[in-house]
Amino acid sequence: MTQQGVLLTDTHIEDAFVEFQRVQKSYDGENLVVKDLNLAMPKGEFLTMLGPSGSGKTTCLMMLAGFETATHGEILLDGKPINNIPPHKRGIGMVFQNYALFPHMTVAENLAFPLEVRKLDKSTREAKVKRALDMVQMGAFGNRRPAQLSGGQQQRIALARALVFEPELVLMDEPLGALDKQLREHMQFEITRLAHELGITTVYVTHDQTEALTMSDRVAVFDDGRIQQLAPPDQLYEEPENSFVAQFIGENNTMEGVVKSIDGDTCLVQLDDGSEIDAVPINVHNPGDRTKVSIRPERVEFNKDRLHADAHTLKATVKEFIYMGDVFRFRMSVAGNDEFIVKTRNAPDAVRLQPGQEIDIGWLAKDCRALDA
Amino acid sequence: MKPTKTLLTAAALATAAGAVSAEEMTIVSWGGAYSKSQLKAYHEPYSEKSGITILNDDSSAEAVAKLRAMNEAGNITWDVVDVVAADAIRLCDEGLAMEIDPDTMLAPAPDGTSAADDFGDLLVSDCFIPQIVYSTTFGYRTDLVGDTPPSDVCAVFDLETYPGKRSLEKRAINNMEWALICDGVAKDDVYDVLATPEGQDQALAKLGTIKDNVVWWSAGADTPQLLADGEIIMGSTYNGRLFSVIEEQKQPVAMLWDAQIFDLDGWIIPAGLSEERQQRALDYIMFATDTQRLADQAKYISYGPARASSAPLVGQHADLGIDMAPHMPTDPENAKNTFLYNYEFWADYRDDIEAKFQAWLAQ
Amino acid sequence: MTDASQNAGPMLAADGTPLKQSLARSLRRQKLRALMLVAPLLLFVMFSFIVPIASMLFRSVENSMVSDTLPLTVEALQSWDSQSGELPDEAVYDAFVRDMVVAIDNKEHTRLGSRLNYEETGMSSLFRKSGRKLKKLDPETDGPFKEQLIEIHEGWGKPNTWAVIKTHSPAVTNGYFLNAVDMRRTPEGAQSQPEDKQILIKLFGRTLFMSLVITGACILLAYPVSYLLATLPMRVSNLLMILVLLPFWTSLLVRTSAWKVMLQQQGVINETLVWLGLVADDARLVIINNQIGTITAMTHILLPFMILPMYSVMQTIPPTYTRAAKSMGATNWTTFWRIYFPQSIPGIGAGSILVFILSIGYYITPEIVGGTKGVFISNRIAYHISSSLNWGLAAALGTILLGVVMLLYWVYDKIVGIDNVKLG
Repeated sequence: MTQQGVLLTDTHIEDAFVEFQRVQKSYDGENLVVKDLNLAMPKGEFLTMLGPSGSGKTTCLMMLAGFETATHGEILLDGKPINNIPPHKRGIGMVFQNYALFPHMTVAENLAFPLEVRKLDKSTREAKVKRALDMVQMGAFGNRRPAQLSGGQQQRIALARALVFEPELVLMDEPLGALDKQLREHMQFEITRLAHELGITTVYVTHDQTEALTMSDRVAVFDDGRIQQLAPPDQLYEEPENSFVAQFIGENNTMEGVVKSIDGDTCLVQLDDGSEIDAVPINVHNPGDRTKVSIRPERVEFNKDRLHADAHTLKATVKEFIYMGDVFRFRMSVAGNDEFIVKTRNAPDAVRLQPGQEIDIGWLAKDCRALDA
Repeated sequence: MKPTKTLLTAAALATAAGAVSAEEMTIVSWGGAYSKSQLKAYHEPYSEKSGITILNDDSSAEAVAKLRAMNEAGNITWDVVDVVAADAIRLCDEGLAMEIDPDTMLAPAPDGTSAADDFGDLLVSDCFIPQIVYSTTFGYRTDLVGDTPPSDVCAVFDLETYPGKRSLEKRAINNMEWALICDGVAKDDVYDVLATPEGQDQALAKLGTIKDNVVWWSAGADTPQLLADGEIIMGSTYNGRLFSVIEEQKQPVAMLWDAQIFDLDGWIIPAGLSEERQQRALDYIMFATDTQRLADQAKYISYGPARASSAPLVGQHADLGIDMAPHMPTDPENAKNTFLYNYEFWADYRDDIEAKFQAWLAQ
Repeated sequence: MTDASQNAGPMLAADGTPLKQSLARSLRRQKLRALMLVAPLLLFVMFSFIVPIASMLFRSVENSMVSDTLPLTVEALQSWDSQSGELPDEAVYDAFVRDMVVAIDNKEHTRLGSRLNYEETGMSSLFRKSGRKLKKLDPETDGPFKEQLIEIHEGWGKPNTWAVIKTHSPAVTNGYFLNAVDMRRTPEGAQSQPEDKQILIKLFGRTLFMSLVITGACILLAYPVSYLLATLPMRVSNLLMILVLLPFWTSLLVRTSAWKVMLQQQGVINETLVWLGLVADDARLVIINNQIGTITAMTHILLPFMILPMYSVMQTIPPTYTRAAKSMGATNWTTFWRIYFPQSIPGIGAGSILVFILSIGYYITPEIVGGTKGVFISNRIAYHISSSLNWGLAAALGTILLGVVMLLYWVYDKIVGIDNVKLG
């Protein structure tokens, strides 16, 4: 509620290419799936809508594509309201979750379809299809049927088909969900490369945070029908604005407590077991507020030399040591929390703590964020 | 142990055999009001007398084909079957029905007349025990025929006086005879004429004059329904069906007895029954075709008993309380102008003329 | 390279037996188990499906009755020229009496009479009437028989009678098939039936044509219904589905009779039209007892068989295809025609095959509402099975019908491709 006002001003851009203005959506007239959505994108941006299933991100995408109508509010494309424009006149390219390649047409026919309905002549069509296929390195596959292609190949074709009629805006609905890890990483790179090369504005929907972080210019984190935070990936990871975002993006340790005092950009938090730590107050305002304190596992230190002399430390008992190759991962019991995770790089001087060992841990106050409870 | 076991087995066998053979028999008939009349007049008194349970099977319409199939499979499940005389002749020819000796297997009349004489000419096949005389004749809507109700069968072919649809059975038999009679052929010459291709063409040509105005029926219930619905102004059917439309349902329908064609319906016993079942079937036949029983059936349905000795015993309808004698096709008042169906002729010509008739219908 | 040289000999399993052999052995047990699982169904199909069809095929050519009943006569007739116009000699009559005495004893002569009556009118009564008198003859002492037989019935004095017996004496005959295509077997070979008896080819043609019309009508009516079923929300579509299936719970006869009430001239439709003033009272529509009646009633009765496969195929077409097409700029119609419709074709194919094959074999509905012009070949088959008892002809007609269906199936496979048929 507090962040709504903030977001409105935050997202307002002078010449936005895509803009959602106070958009609401309800299917049954009782519950809002999308609650007061405001979003503005400049031309050429790669924006990812990230969120758990049921958070409203796909609904937003479908409203933009025209397959769902907004219950309230306005959606603008290039400054023009598009609420009453049917999907086939919006000129938006779209890649679907299961590719939606037409099984009764060959790859080339699939690609030619959007050109045909635009009544382009045959030679133009063929040239464009060829260029699109080459663009995704599938030039040799024009005569195949979609069923004869692997998942990755189908994905490329779906991408080529969404781009072949040169739309200015492309929507992608979890396009990589069905691929295995390696292929997915490869395609992530491929998609961002193409998007930037062609200067296309892209709205990308996923529930995979790694995907969101690696591909996007900005990420909109959705939950409960609202954008919880809209920010570039690094900001999102390092400076989550509320505990949902902190927990949803990356690995995160959470400890609950009460704010004892606030002093400018630091505050003292007393955890529920009585111990005290320093944190940055993000959305706590008064002493006595309950808070969830968030700290990333890789920002936890147990080498006292690296901590401020006056930093608060906590007692920790090592429960488990997990060797992961490039990193070590420890599960510890800290302030009554048995699931506290600490990660260290597998450096030449790295210490392998043994289960049962008792140590002191601490962190820089700026890495520890006191968020809403 | 052993004797006990044998004893038990024997007892079990005896009960099993008793359950199947000693207490039940399956009688096949046409269903509906007709089966009901048989139930009242024959089955119920017979069950009371003998203790045998009678199972009804309404399969008479397919009896010939089914009996042949049963015979080929070697498993005959029917004991007595009600069929029309033409089917009985066919079954007898095919060896599917057993031959009946009227003198030893049928009851004589109360006055001592032998069964053979009592049934007389109606014993049209060696395997057939006649039960009723029915006739195929015309009924008409009294409200749709104008001031001059038809009195003559040729009204059927008179589209000028009686415009409208009429119904005829979807087969050659009967229709061909009526067509020739109304085309000027003398009654006695009908079958001689019909035996020639020219005669067959003549009959079809006469039927052709009304072909566009005919609804062709294949089930006995069709014409009464069509009459009741007002779909037709006149139509042929069995006299018993018309009786029920007129007297029971009180529809505005009347009967045209002129040139009614007599036919017979009766029993056959399937060939190849076990000795025991055959004996039981014969016992039933002896009871159910005696003079009193045949007269009793007329209380429930307006068909004439096949025995001469039964006619004087025909009484009143069991429910309606009306005298049944005037509704019998054999009543002298009704039988002024009748036509006798020639079984021998149709046994020979049925395949041929029927094929022509169906080809003509399809044109 | 070394691998290749090792592969020159057969691969051996661990115990030294050839690998192929031990593979086959291990698979055999699996196959046996699978076979035993399907055995009940296999036997059921065998006895309820394959055996009857085989027996039908056999019956359509089987003709042993003449040679079984009159073995001596058939042999004696070998040397007689049926086209000579002269009566066979005494040897044939003698053999015939010997055969008949046995046949009469077994009550088989009248059966033979019925059989030959299909070919020549009058044979039935000729055998039946002669039977009573022939019974009294003793083949050893009462000869010669030629004159006596002609005395008993003039039919025995006609060369044609003997020609018919000779023509139909082979144990295997094409006579039923010839009859089934409006021809007949004569002493001079196969000939056309006289024109006024030709009906069966016309009926075959009509059956095929009307079945096609019914199938077409079913496609037109079923498509939108199936589309609705496949796209409406579950709750509504379930209700609609019950309405589609409702007719299945009503007897076929009841449904057909209901059409009678609807379509007849004093029926619901005509009454309504007259009441609305759309049709004059004396010009009521004739929509029953003809082809329209049959097509209407059968389309209604067979509609569920079209809807169900269509629905189950349409259900598998994901809505994203439609969305994808629209996102690429296709209008509603283009989307339907280029994207949705082609993918629903397997359902149309499956439904069409079902409806077509069902309708080609229908006879109850045409019998009741078809009048004279709306009946099918099956009505003739039913007639020959239950009424004329000419099961050989019925079997031949059935065999031809089976052949036509299989031929059409083959043509369908060539044109559309049978793997393009899906029931869901």
